[in-house]
Amino acid sequence: MVMMIEIFFAFIATVGFGIIINIPHRALVVAGLIGTVAWLVYWLFFNLQLGLALSNLTASVAIGLLSDVAARRMKMPMLIFNIPSLVPLVPGGQAYQMVRNIALGDAAQGMRFLTEVIEITGSIAIGFLLAELLNKLWKKIMQKKASF
Amino acid sequence: MIENGSEMARAEDTIMRIATNSGYPDAQVFSTVTGIIMSIPDQKNAQVESVSRRSIDLEKVSWVNRLSRDYADHKITLADFFEQLKLVDQAVPYFPFWLQVLGAALVSGPLMTIFCNNFYDIGVTSIIGAVGFAIYYGINKTLNIKFISEFVASLLIGILAVIAVRLGLGHSVDNIIIGAVMPLVPGVPLTNAVRDILNGHFVSGPARGMEALLTAAAIGFGIAFVFRFF
Repeated sequence: MVMMIEIFFAFIATVGFGIIINIPHRALVVAGLIGTVAWLVYWLFFNLQLGLALSNLTASVAIGLLSDVAARRMKMPMLIFNIPSLVPLVPGGQAYQMVRNIALGDAAQGMRFLTEVIEITGSIAIGFLLAELLNKLWKKIMQKKASF
Repeated sequence: MIENGSEMARAEDTIMRIATNSGYPDAQVFSTVTGIIMSIPDQKNAQVESVSRRSIDLEKVSWVNRLSRDYADHKITLADFFEQLKLVDQAVPYFPFWLQVLGAALVSGPLMTIFCNNFYDIGVTSIIGAVGFAIYYGINKTLNIKFISEFVASLLIGILAVIAVRLGLGHSVDNIIIGAVMPLVPGVPLTNAVRDILNGHFVSGPARGMEALLTAAAIGFGIAFVFRFF
């Protein structure tokens, strides 16, 4: 039950961020769905005890692949889909704890959260890179097939 | 397009597509976050266009993208294209202000729950998030100073969160602040920075990353201020 509510919330949050950055109206629901799937992937991997980095990486690969498909289907720039759907993955909690601990003078604890933030953002970036790679590979294969 | 949050590669690609279709297949374009230089080999002069204002409006990006593709397919003429571009610049359907504030509320409440598994504070977080975003928006519109708006907004979010908890409306200051700050997060420059660097735009990518970092730092300072005084 809690799970269902959280999935629903991931959808709402993605759509909300889409409204803030003013993406085209037709793209809102699709972006929301991509965000939901990404969060689902993240949740699944995280609960399989695969660690923060790997689950964020897989989720962002999922975002990259899905938003490429959506961009081609709807003939819109890809970043319309991948920016809002990234929002549930952003390390907001850790970044906050980092600022809080450093501001209160507990630098060691702050550094611990800082490394966590860097770990998460880094794995999201690498996830996008991998997704880009897979998309290019896919296009190459399709071209080869077409030329046969 | 750069003004409104597109990646460099897309902006250059669009300019090249327009130039090729207008009969100059060997035009050269060099663009950074703060300006575009374009030249056509048979003409002596290069055109320089500076970009000094940056905001985020992905609908405009998508619209220009579509127009340039239409033009490349010879569906519209150059004059039409120019007319339409002007139209896009002035009258893109923007989500109204109240809907954006609602969006901010929708971002902050649910995200707080996802991050912290806290179901009690959804209402408070949504309201504070919406207020924070409204302040951010207002300062950006009237004063037009980049990082101050994020700073003031996050400062007020922190103060409001503390007050809400003192009054017994909320349970956890930490969770409320985490959720309410989310609408201010610089998602677009961050993503663009990564994409620009991947595409080999080493001037624009780090510049955008810097922008994102400064924004995040402004938010962080706002929150840190609150901790010092409460």
